[in-house]
This record gives sequence, structure tokens and C-alpha cells, in this order.
Amino acid sequence: MRLSATDLACRRGGREVFAGLSFSLASGEAMAIRGRNGAGKSSLLRMVMGLIRVAAGRLALEGGDPEMTLGEQAHYLGHQDALKPSLSVGENLRFWAGFFSAAEADIGAPLAAVGLEELIDLPATYLSAGQRRRLSIARLLAVKRPIWLLDEPASTLDAAAQEKLGEFMRAHLAGGGLIMAATHGVLGLDGAQELRLDQSPSPQVVKDGSP
Amino acid sequence: MSPLAAILFRDLRIAVRVGGGALIGVLFFLVVVTLTPFALGPDIALLQRIGPAILWLAALLASLLALDRLFAADHQDGSLDLILMGRAPLELVVAAKALAHWLTTGLPLIIAAPLIGLLLNLDGRAEAALVLTFLVGTPALTFIGLIGAAIAVTLRRGGLLLAVLVLPLTVPVLIFGVAAANAAMVGPVPFGTPFTILCALTLASLVVGPFAAAAALRQEME
Repeated sequence: MRLSATDLACRRGGREVFAGLSFSLASGEAMAIRGRNGAGKSSLLRMVMGLIRVAAGRLALEGGDPEMTLGEQAHYLGHQDALKPSLSVGENLRFWAGFFSAAEADIGAPLAAVGLEELIDLPATYLSAGQRRRLSIARLLAVKRPIWLLDEPASTLDAAAQEKLGEFMRAHLAGGGLIMAATHGVLGLDGAQELRLDQSPSPQVVKDGSP
Repeated sequence: MSPLAAILFRDLRIAVRVGGGALIGVLFFLVVVTLTPFALGPDIALLQRIGPAILWLAALLASLLALDRLFAADHQDGSLDLILMGRAPLELVVAAKALAHWLTTGLPLIIAAPLIGLLLNLDGRAEAALVLTFLVGTPALTFIGLIGAAIAVTLRRGGLLLAVLVLPLTVPVLIFGVAAANAAMVGPVPFGTPFTILCALTLASLVVGPFAAAAALRQEME
């Protein structure tokens, strides 16, 4: 499976956010997206999700399911946790698992993996910011999708949870998955490509991932 | 569980939990209708004559109450982004959300209508006709309102715009809903004539609503 972009451009509200962006990401590879605020890190992720129109260029996935769009094969972990405060931890996760896959998904194992299994009946309104983020991460584990789009995934997580997230990402890559992560901090993955969006004249991959 | 059933049951669950607003609509409906006899005075003949109109107006306003949260809540907490990445067609997801909304706001009105009809001196026949028009007409209110809710999704005070957008579109439903209820009580036209048109309006809104709302949502999320 290979996700590739050629001369990709993004326009928001009539303003050009980035242009001339090319990259190629294969199964088992990760890419850190870097750039100053407003450089278009989140916009790039939302473009891969299919929420923002591709203004110019091409974005393609080879070797994926031809029946599905790019967004339908991707998981997104954003700033917002997409949790309903009045539903319990288990109900929130069971909903997303049910919404994303027709098969009955097991939520016990993902909850245990993020260390929330004892809070399964607690309404999500009582969760801390870090716990909410961990519950969102459990969603990525509950339903398998090959592409992970992460927007500042480590924010609000403590050191132990960041370590755990690194493990989940490595396991995902080892299983043939792809990861694109917008981050200011360290991604915690060896050999990740690094894409700089504020490079002039056009964004470019400054580290190609080979050790 | 299929994605659509997951959406339906989640929305139903949220609606009946604390702050969910399932009973707000029907309570508002009861309050408005109860206030009417106090405002008009004890003129039983007058109440009976305008009863269906009062009940329909109250139902219309009540069904608008929680509508602005239908997509705005999902937009604010990021759920809508994920819903757009689901494999279920957005049109059907939107229809499932509308169904959940109707079950928690429209259906309670239909259950409350016969009780509240007593206050307006409606007889058995009129109440039966009224319940029938509610049963057929309130889904149309929800599915027309759906379009407004989708258009106003990104606005902070979307509820006001929603009312301005949606109320004019509901005029035909109001006209034929009240006309059918009145026809059953006093004539002169048979009940079937306006009632059939009301059915047609509902069927049309069931088709147009989800497509228009899904298109609006896709545009708004850009």
C-alpha cells in the first residue's frame, strides 16, 4: 500500500496554504509533518481525510480497497475527542466501533490497552483531558484501518501514555499500516520521514526515513 | 450493529440522559397549549374552533426547539468529522439522526396531544383526526428542519437562523395539517383531501431532507 501526493495544493478561504507538495509513504512507514502555526499541517490531514477539496495536484492510494475513498480507510485522531459527555466510556467506544465496522467489535481489549478498563461505566464527562485522549486512541485500536492521521497525538498525554502511544504506533507500522502525524514535538518513531511545510519555495521531505 | 443502528441508538441514548432534551419539546408544547385558554378566556366554542391550529402551531415550535443541536453538537466535539469518514452514506446517517430526533421530540407530542386536547374542548373524533395529522405531519417538520440544522451547523447562534430558514418552509405542512384536522371536525371538505396532501408533503420531505442536509454538511465541513 502506498499513499502518494504529487504537486498537491491547498486553498482555504481563497488563500493558498501550501502548494507543490509531493511525498510518498509506503506500508510500514511514518511521516512527521512539521511547520509553524498556520503552515497547513491540519489542513493536509483533513485533505487526506477527504474533508477539504484538493485544489491542485493528486492524492492517491495504491493497493488500498478500490471501493472505498481514502477517508474511509483512515483513522483520524484530532484536537477534539469526539466523545459524548453523557455516555459512559464503554458506550462511547462501542458507538464508534459499531459505526466504523459492521462486525461486532471487541472493546474490552482496546480499553485495557489504554488502561481505562476499570472506568468502562463512568460517564465520559468525568474523564480528564488525558483520559479522554486515551479513550480516543482506543478507537484506533478497536477498528482496524490502514492509515492513521494523527494531529498532535501526544498533547495532554503523560510520559507513560506517550510511551504507550509510541508502542501502538510501532505495532501499527509493523502490521503494514501508514502513519501521518502533525506534531511540534517528537514523534517517538525511528526512521520516520519528516515533511516541512514552511520550507521555501515549496514544502519538502527533509528526511527520507532511511536510517 | 450496523453503522446506522449505532447512530440511531446513540442519539436516542443521549436524548434521554441528563441534558439530552428529549422531554423539553413536549413540556414546551404542553405549556404553550395550556396557556392558550388562559389568554383567550373561557369561550368554549372559540377554543374548539381554533384548537387544532393552536396545537399545530405549538407542535411546530416544539419540534424546532432541539433541532439546532442536531448537527451542531456533533460538529463542536469533532464527531461530525469522523462521521464523514464512515462507510455509511451520509444521506442515510443524516436520516438516522432525524429519525432519532423525531422519536424523542415528535412522538411524545403525539402521545401528549389527546390529553392536551381536553383543555381545548376537542371531542373524540377531532382528537383522533388530530393525532392522525400529527403522526403524518410531524416527521415532515423534522425532515424539513434537518436542512436548516445542516446549513446552520457551523454558526454559534445557529438556532435563530434555523427558525428563520425553516419556519417558512413548514407553511404547507401547517396549512394542510390544520385543514385536515378542521375538516374532520366541521367540514365542509372531506378529511381525506387535505390529509392526502399532508401525506404527500411528508413523503417528499423524507426524500428531499436527507439529500439536501447531507449536501449542506459536506459543503459546510470544507
